[in-house]
Amino acid sequence: MSKKSSRVLAFLVVAGLLLAACAPAAAPTSAPAAPEPVTVRVLLMQQAGPTPDENNAIAAEFNKLNPGIAVVIDYVAYDALHDKIVTSMSANPPSYDAFLMDDGWYGEFQKAGYLLDVTSNITQDMKDKVFKSAWGVTSVGDKIYGLPYFLDTKYFFYNEELLKQAGFNEPPKTWEEMLDMAKVIKDKGIAEYPVVWSWAQREAAICDWVVLLTGNGGSMMDANGKPAFNSDKGVETLTWMVKSIDDGLSNPSSVTNVEDNVVSVMQQGNAVFALNWLYMMNAVGFNEKDSKVVGKIKISMMPVFESAAAAGLKSTSINGSMGMSIAAQSPHPDETWKFITYLGSEDVMNRYSANLLPFWESSFTGESLTKLEGLAPVNAVTVPAFQMQFPYAVTRPHLPYYQEASLALQLAMQEALTKVKSPKQALDEAAAKWVELGSK
Amino acid sequence: MTTLSRRFQLSLRQRDARIGLLFVAPAVLIILLVTLQPILSTLYLSFFESQLGRFNVNVFRGLGNYIDLLSSPVFWATIRRTLHFTLLSVGLELVLGIAVAQLIASHPPGWQFLRTSLIIPWAVPTIVTGMMWRWIYNADYGSLNGLLFQLGLIKEYVPWLIHPARAMNLVILADVWHTVPFVALILQAALATLPQEMEEAAAVDGANAWQRFWLIRLPLLRSAILVALVIRTVEAFRVFDIIYVLTAGGPAFGTITISYLTYVETFNYGHIGNGSALSFLISLFSFGLALAYIRLLYRQEESR
Repeated sequence: MSKKSSRVLAFLVVAGLLLAACAPAAAPTSAPAAPEPVTVRVLLMQQAGPTPDENNAIAAEFNKLNPGIAVVIDYVAYDALHDKIVTSMSANPPSYDAFLMDDGWYGEFQKAGYLLDVTSNITQDMKDKVFKSAWGVTSVGDKIYGLPYFLDTKYFFYNEELLKQAGFNEPPKTWEEMLDMAKVIKDKGIAEYPVVWSWAQREAAICDWVVLLTGNGGSMMDANGKPAFNSDKGVETLTWMVKSIDDGLSNPSSVTNVEDNVVSVMQQGNAVFALNWLYMMNAVGFNEKDSKVVGKIKISMMPVFESAAAAGLKSTSINGSMGMSIAAQSPHPDETWKFITYLGSEDVMNRYSANLLPFWESSFTGESLTKLEGLAPVNAVTVPAFQMQFPYAVTRPHLPYYQEASLALQLAMQEALTKVKSPKQALDEAAAKWVELGSK
Repeated sequence: MTTLSRRFQLSLRQRDARIGLLFVAPAVLIILLVTLQPILSTLYLSFFESQLGRFNVNVFRGLGNYIDLLSSPVFWATIRRTLHFTLLSVGLELVLGIAVAQLIASHPPGWQFLRTSLIIPWAVPTIVTGMMWRWIYNADYGSLNGLLFQLGLIKEYVPWLIHPARAMNLVILADVWHTVPFVALILQAALATLPQEMEEAAAVDGANAWQRFWLIRLPLLRSAILVALVIRTVEAFRVFDIIYVLTAGGPAFGTITISYLTYVETFNYGHIGNGSALSFLISLFSFGLALAYIRLLYRQEESR
């Protein structure tokens, strides 16, 4: 073959390939295929609340019932959730159609324009049947930006067997009483560190802090919206926290612990007292596979400090509620709403209530309550505990700059706990930062 | 005739240059797109006060973000911490890397297994390394405490990560475990190519093993050491993932490095302008460092 003819052949081959690539797809010869289902991408957390297995089972149910929609769920730890949402929002359309978010972030994300206003989707029936306080989680002003899917609060857990070994038949009612008991437990060699907390440089520390601060009669903000956590009560509370470590009663690793570490310590029977979300009851008290203390864990009313108890304060806790929201730029808002209302429907929440109780007040009355208590073995403990503790849950301030403010307070707590600064100096500096953030 | 041939030679050179340019063009284009464009966008954003969100309006601040950063004690504390991490981490990696490379080069029994298994810590993703070390250091059920307790070296379990300074050194230890193999493998490859004659001659002249290593082997390894040094210093200065997993910057900001601060500013606080200024400073530092090392490297090559 001559040089010229081989060039012509090469040209024809390339041109043919190009034409083939540009040609339209062949016309269908048989019946048209079913349209591709709409993919709804959802971001949830793998920490407290329903397990990924439970959520995936719910998504599979939904996908089966709705062949035109395919729900895909991704999971991250709570501490990665905020930033994952923020980065996913940089894309258009965003990487996720719906996401679980903490109540503290609603101010920030609504201001950033990330959230779809779903006020008109909420029916009167939903409004009537859901806990009234729950709507406060997902509302900014008079608009609703999500379903208040995740109602949770921190509970006071104790190992009844170890407590009885130390000679105590009743759990403590005040924090001072708890440390007195812890001293006896330590002295008797029952536990090296009887109390374990989640005081790492994470949001978990703020949650424990709010419980202790409000249990001492303090508050995060004053009536004028200024930070009040550096008051005498605040300094006293943080000093008490530091001292409990110094005295060897609180586990020093609390300074690096998040909630899952607390679960592990309790599962091993290495601590007698701990604070955590509802899911710890199932993980420690009912999990035969991982826990050495199954059947020995109890929940009692969250203690308060003696001075606050004398002033009439019965209990206090932190509101750790979260909402399911839809991205404002989601190309499939209707399909996404359909899924999140299925995920949060009374029937689904009741059936999957072992790690998260329903936000439906109607599930906690009459026959529904009896049914709910019998739906999972753990529910017999957690349902009454929820009814007992949740009314005392205090919310964290809803600030558009909450993330930055929270980190400043986390830093202050860490500086005091690691003796870098005194509790007063650390809290005063954090309060000054909050004032600076508020003035911007 | 002479003029004609010169013209011909010139056009050949030009043709070569044109073909050369054509060959490198795709690579240059890709580098411009994936490297230069983001750097320039970051530089642009660093001149604005910019927040996250759809309704955000960028406000021009000029050098305001840079001035704020350079006058912030948090920034300088973070720089000090980053330098501490970089110097200690890279220093240890070099010393241990040379030692391991030397050990492999001396071909002890099982050296081939050692060389192969050396890759494992390096091949493990940094996130997994971080998780693993977090479990190792755990105060209540970590294997470090278990091991030291069994050996009788500690009387009670130690909460390793609760002191800011100690936490940073333990993060460095985890990073050293992860990256020593990389340095060792580079140096081991370089050692394998060194001529044996000089060392043999030195041995005949009475030089002992240490003198042969210090005066002959090490100077010959200088180029390989520099390559490892450039790569590791830049990587260590930008360290992020192992800290994110192991300590999340805590306790008390004790392990926050410059890249972690950039992450916190950008994604946690939503301060895109400040985050961009920090990112640009990191890029500038990395570029300067790489340039200095490369100049050093080429100067040595030329002086040979």
